[in-house]
Amino acid sequence: MIKNYDVVIIGAGGAGLRAAVEIPKEYSCAVLSKVFPPRSHTGTAQGGVCAALANEEDDNWENHAFDTVKGSDYLGDQDSIETMCRDAIRAIIELEHMGLPFSRTPEGKIAQRKFGGHTKPVDPNDPYGKRIPVNRACYSADRTGHVMLQTLFENCIKNQVDFYSEYFVTDIILEGKVCKGIVAFNIATGEVTMFHAKAVMFATGGYGRVFRITSNAHVGTGDGTGLIYKNGLPLEDMEFFQFHPTGLWKLGILVSEAARGEGGILKNKDGERFMQRYAPTVMDLAPRDMVSRAIISEIREGRGILGSDGTHYVNLDVSHLGKKVIDEKLPEITGFARTYLGVEPTKEPIPIQPTAHYAMGGIPTDVDCRVLADEKGTIVQGLYAAGECACVSVHGGNRLGTNSLLDIVVFGRRGGKAIVDFLKTAEFSEITSKPEEKTHEQIKKVLANTGSEKVYALRTELQEWMMDKCGIFRTEADLKAMIGKLNELKERFKNISVQDKGLVFNTDLMEAIELENLLLNAEATVYSALNRNESRGAHTREDFPTRDDVNWMNHSFIFKNENGDPKITKKPVVVTKYKPMERKY
Amino acid sequence: MDIRLKILRYNPEKDDKPYFQDFTVQNVSPDWRLLDVLHEIKWKVDGTLTFRRSCAHGICGSDGIKVNGKNRLACSLLLKDMNMSKTIVIEPLPSLPIIKDLVVDMTSFFAKYEVIKPYLISKTPPPPNSERFQSNEDAEKLFESAKCILCGCCTTSCPSTWTNENYIGPAALLKTYRFAFDTRDDGGDERLDIIDNPDGIWRCHTIFNCIETCPKEINITWHISQLKKRISTKEM
Repeated sequence: MIKNYDVVIIGAGGAGLRAAVEIPKEYSCAVLSKVFPPRSHTGTAQGGVCAALANEEDDNWENHAFDTVKGSDYLGDQDSIETMCRDAIRAIIELEHMGLPFSRTPEGKIAQRKFGGHTKPVDPNDPYGKRIPVNRACYSADRTGHVMLQTLFENCIKNQVDFYSEYFVTDIILEGKVCKGIVAFNIATGEVTMFHAKAVMFATGGYGRVFRITSNAHVGTGDGTGLIYKNGLPLEDMEFFQFHPTGLWKLGILVSEAARGEGGILKNKDGERFMQRYAPTVMDLAPRDMVSRAIISEIREGRGILGSDGTHYVNLDVSHLGKKVIDEKLPEITGFARTYLGVEPTKEPIPIQPTAHYAMGGIPTDVDCRVLADEKGTIVQGLYAAGECACVSVHGGNRLGTNSLLDIVVFGRRGGKAIVDFLKTAEFSEITSKPEEKTHEQIKKVLANTGSEKVYALRTELQEWMMDKCGIFRTEADLKAMIGKLNELKERFKNISVQDKGLVFNTDLMEAIELENLLLNAEATVYSALNRNESRGAHTREDFPTRDDVNWMNHSFIFKNENGDPKITKKPVVVTKYKPMERKY
Repeated sequence: MDIRLKILRYNPEKDDKPYFQDFTVQNVSPDWRLLDVLHEIKWKVDGTLTFRRSCAHGICGSDGIKVNGKNRLACSLLLKDMNMSKTIVIEPLPSLPIIKDLVVDMTSFFAKYEVIKPYLISKTPPPPNSERFQSNEDAEKLFESAKCILCGCCTTSCPSTWTNENYIGPAALLKTYRFAFDTRDDGGDERLDIIDNPDGIWRCHTIFNCIETCPKEINITWHISQLKKRISTKEM
């Protein structure tokens, strides 16, 4: 089947929905998603979304931009960061106007709380001097992502957006440097459809499922980034993957930084508030990369607590905040602790471990979400990306908490606007190939394969190895071992067989295709990590423990070459006014 | 420890009608989610077993199913919270067409959601450069209803839904409250008129199944009663 749309958006999380809201009625727009839109992973974000509204205390967007640059360990492009932080104020007010139910201050303004890495100078005349945490994260209890996703979905319903729910995208139609559409199948029927489009936006989210312990939903398999990389386009900064310090022990379920923003404290085996040794000024509210490394260091030095599963954890204590604060401001996360670990947070500490959380890297774009074909800035005509799957880059080496929700609304909108501009003159390009045939072949091949390998076994090995060899701390030896393992897994993947041979709602088939995407994302991550001989942000090389601003104020661009092997090039970081300095908190 | 399950199976490409299949899963731990058990079967025993799931911690609303007669989220139900010595009976959410195994067609559920105009209706322009003001007290009146994850557990648990497929159902009514009681909303009678009919709010006979089943512990019936009060006041 062939369908024609002016614009096709893939993914119905915050970025995809915000872009869809921007497309006016005169253009046809389809939004494809492998789950119903309100099931998207944006909904699991908890603590808040930052904008320097100054509702609770003095603040300004330059403070936010400086924090984001410093938080990124100076890898974020400063022009993009300035764009995002300046636009944040408008973006949050717009969400309120759309109906998002924010928590409020006593005067009725949007309430704001503290969050990791968000600070302001003690002396406004000395912006680079001592800084203290600031109330900048706008929130709705600890369900900010949930209500944001709902609000954007509601506005799409209002605008009568054309949704294709439970469609799985299998291919992108690229001819030269022009994107002409995508191919997808309807999960409920197995029917393959070519979506011929003038413009395509990827808003497909992250790939946290490449790791064993992750806060990411099962759908977080990097389908968009995988497809881009498979088709010879670059991925940027894939070595930077954020581990959130406070995942629920064993399960990896996110326990928001809002718990620490409200005053929660991390404690080691001895009950010591260890963050005072690692970040004396902001302590528990240091950025995530630093807190995650601190936790692993505590565990390595014998100050972790041994859990019944043989892994070590540390404690997050919120009990001193009192029942009222916990029930009103942290109801969801404390509920998780009760449900899944049987822990009563008003009385006892919550066991936590770092959990794979967020991809800073992704599909390289300019500040208007146009996808780049190379490090020189060549644009792929008609192709856009926004949200976690994209790399603008506003998060650089380490994303600050709350900036992901901000990224999706700021860049979702910018991408939507850029698409509308493009559509004013764009025409449908002729498609010379028969793109849907490749997907028919792919499905047929998976269903016909009688090999002895199983998706579950391969995926589990991949996840365990990635956690162990390409996690918070990395070395050349470990990364090379991981490459060896990946080569083995890729070979074995050729012998994958699934049990479900039907076409109706075949999740067995989907998991096989998702595994291929995970392998592609893992490859890009590991090769990029091996290539970067320094430690910056979330990328920590024990064999290169310091940041190297002489050689590495560069983004990595990884592509598959003609033989399908990865090659890596560099693109200089954009520096406007924030000169790299030592990153202390 | 081993557990026994009876799972309703239906593959439209093969089966004339749904049937129950027995499974035994070995070496489970009491702190497993029921979703972990379903995955254990799918990944190690029978890859054809089909169900929806995503976030696995009760936020995305994908994995609503019927467990021992009650609608639950498979990811929010732990084995230790059930009688593990008894066979666990698992079926798809009731009253919706089955697509395959535990996957149901949610089209009518979302259609009912859309009909109540689930978005802020504003007839006065907001201030250009600032948020609308709202007291925290007024904001918090919305929070319980805004927790809804649209999983469908409530609507498909309601006997009124079972006997009348046109009944709008508790989830759509809860969403109506979410906007009707928002001090920023000007939808007023426009939205209330949609639910003020025999297939609308008056089909709620306060049976309380919705409250019992809601995985987010929302007191849905209370919210519906507030709407009923408001409609009655309007008519007087």
